[in-house]
Amino acid sequence: MDPIDGNGIGGLLIDAFGKEMTAAISTCATCGARRPVAELVVYQRAPGTVVRCRTCGNVIMVLVKRADSIDVDLSGLASLSNQGLP
Amino acid sequence: MERTAVRGRLSWQVAPVVSVTWETASVATIQLDPPDWAGHRAGQHLDVRLTAEDGYMAERSYSIASAPGELLAITVERLEDGEVSPYLAGELQAGDELELRGPIGGYFVWEPSDGGPLMLLAGGSGVVPLRSMLRHRVNTGSDVPARLLYSSRGWEDVIYRDELGQHHDGARVSYTLTRSQPPGWTGHSGRINSSLLAEVAWPAKTNPLAYICGPTSFVESAAAGLVELGYPPERVKTERFGATGGR
Repeated sequence: MDPIDGNGIGGLLIDAFGKEMTAAISTCATCGARRPVAELVVYQRAPGTVVRCRTCGNVIMVLVKRADSIDVDLSGLASLSNQGLP
Repeated sequence: MERTAVRGRLSWQVAPVVSVTWETASVATIQLDPPDWAGHRAGQHLDVRLTAEDGYMAERSYSIASAPGELLAITVERLEDGEVSPYLAGELQAGDELELRGPIGGYFVWEPSDGGPLMLLAGGSGVVPLRSMLRHRVNTGSDVPARLLYSSRGWEDVIYRDELGQHHDGARVSYTLTRSQPPGWTGHSGRINSSLLAEVAWPAKTNPLAYICGPTSFVESAAAGLVELGYPPERVKTERFGATGGR
């Protein structure tokens, strides 16, 4: 499946973080690029969702949905802020 | 007992299908009446979940086509190799039920108070959330000036053709057809490029607010074109749904 962007995983991010996160500002741990989560590159290939930096292409987040939980790997993320957002 | 949802969580619910209307040969608008819907903002999404008899589940995110306050609707392009869209745009009928949750999204949204002038750029079914914004603009009596540039393969592929053809209270709608043009076509032809944007888009000095939705390649070239015209990147909001012409 072709990549989409972060707008398309708003529901999954609410599952993982408990609130709307597409407008939150992410900072890539690899290259330092800052952009809204909505603008990140998203690959939806089983078994998980892989979120990559649009600048350097490195993996920022991996989310794997299980029957009653979600595994979240954020090791590619330097910061994530939804401060000031509704 | 009062229904309560965990704050910040999204609950799945079953919504009756009110109507299915074909916009083109492969695109259908599905009106839904979920029992528990708090309302949405123009540009937001909802998630749809299909469950097979063996328990296999497939989820997809769709842009909401209706404006806030209107009966909820999504517009779905049937992708022949798709897992979900051939059911939604092909088998689903009025009276059926659909499992959904939402509204979702806080980035690609527009409120009249966000102002403008609005520059909307649509590639194919990327017009869906922009249609919600245009309807919201009209329904609220907003005086924010708006333009829509809609790139489509051919005239027969244009979604909401009749609606967009009517005067949208001052909104200007331009088309560019990339593959085929009907006889006597007086609109634009070919893919969006810098010279087309320079002709059609608001000048950067008017401080426009842009929303671009479509296939990834369309969004990338449209966004780059607007920034080249002098639009500040933070006033160019984008939404990409892959390489194909739909979701």
